[in-house]
Amino acid sequence: MANMRDIRRRIKSVTNTKKITGAMKMVSAAKLRKTQSTLVAIRPYSDKIQEVMDHLLSGGEQYDTPFLTPREEVKNTLYIVIAGDRGLCGGYNINLLRFAEEQIKAAPEGQNAMMLLIGNKAREHFRTRPQFNVMDVFSNIGDTPNVSQGKALSDYVIRKYLSGEVDEVHVVYSKFQSVLTQIPSVAQVLPIQVTAGAAEEAESAHVETDYIFEPGGKELLDVILPKYVDSSIYRLLLESKAGEHGARMTAMDSATDNASELIDKLTLALNRARQAQITTEITEIVSGAAALE
Amino acid sequence: MAEDVIRLDIVTPAGLLMSENVAALTLPATLGSMGVLKNHAPLMTTLEIGTVKYTRNGADHYLAVHGGFAEVKDNVVIILADSAEKAEEIDVSRAEAAKQRAEDRLKKHDADLDVLRAELALRRAMARIKTSQRA
Repeated sequence: MANMRDIRRRIKSVTNTKKITGAMKMVSAAKLRKTQSTLVAIRPYSDKIQEVMDHLLSGGEQYDTPFLTPREEVKNTLYIVIAGDRGLCGGYNINLLRFAEEQIKAAPEGQNAMMLLIGNKAREHFRTRPQFNVMDVFSNIGDTPNVSQGKALSDYVIRKYLSGEVDEVHVVYSKFQSVLTQIPSVAQVLPIQVTAGAAEEAESAHVETDYIFEPGGKELLDVILPKYVDSSIYRLLLESKAGEHGARMTAMDSATDNASELIDKLTLALNRARQAQITTEITEIVSGAAALE
Repeated sequence: MAEDVIRLDIVTPAGLLMSENVAALTLPATLGSMGVLKNHAPLMTTLEIGTVKYTRNGADHYLAVHGGFAEVKDNVVIILADSAEKAEEIDVSRAEAAKQRAEDRLKKHDADLDVLRAELALRRAMARIKTSQRA
């Protein structure tokens, strides 16, 4: 029979753990809400940029800009891997990092895949894997990335791209399906891929209005394309962060549930032990009294 | 007094800053300051760092916008800017400090100076100060 004092001690420790996981869940829920509201706030901006870009590109004119033209020979590709800074969020980080490894291994022969890592977890993971080529690390993103952090990241990437150091840029991020599910995904940000559907839609809009472009279509594109890259990267960053908070919330929720379950079991064991002790005592008294007769 | 028939939306990455009906507005377009009245032809233009002036209920209001572009169509003006502030919300002392900082940096001419960035910072600070003075 387990010692009652030991059981009491365990109950106490599990109760404390439960309090911590419960608090962490609440914190993640608050951060998730904040990140999601930032995501909602940026939507009108990125939608509008998309609209104007589609509009400019559907005008029938061909603009020659490095943002849109794929390089003839893709030698160096850059993968931006967005992972979290901290653990305790279930399989969020490890699923994403494994997915990133697979992506890089799947790259065509002769292509040099480099990585730009975001988040401490990504850095720790690849530090022990020297076969992967890490270009740089950004690890000061925090829990709710702001616009200037996104801008710093995309400035860095655009510079690398325009200087010819890399020929393609992909982002490996966690798609925010719901609070419960995040799907590791990859998206190409440079060169910009214009979706056929959107271009068609813009085509029909173009018939209705004939815009005056000032100073000119090319100059407008030169302004809009970097902004498009900025907003896509920032959005992916936010989406990944939202996923991280969601994953942590779910993980902490189930940890809290498990703790409750464990406390119930331990309480039951404690009661059994107590009753057993009482029974033993009574038996001793009764048999003692019987021996006196 | 002209009626407030033009809808002015100012959109930044931080969200929709304002959406109001105005009678007329002036934009700091790249090719020079540009006025927009009702029934303006559809137009898209890039914007400089500067001041947007708009007239609402017969009174003039001012905004500092920091780069971006504007779309004019069917009496709706949409300004996409990296950031924007209403004149009354500008923190002048902060802008003055930023201006001083940028000027110092430009004067010192360090080897690793990012001239473009410092100049942009200076222009933003000056736009803020100017805008707040006009309000």
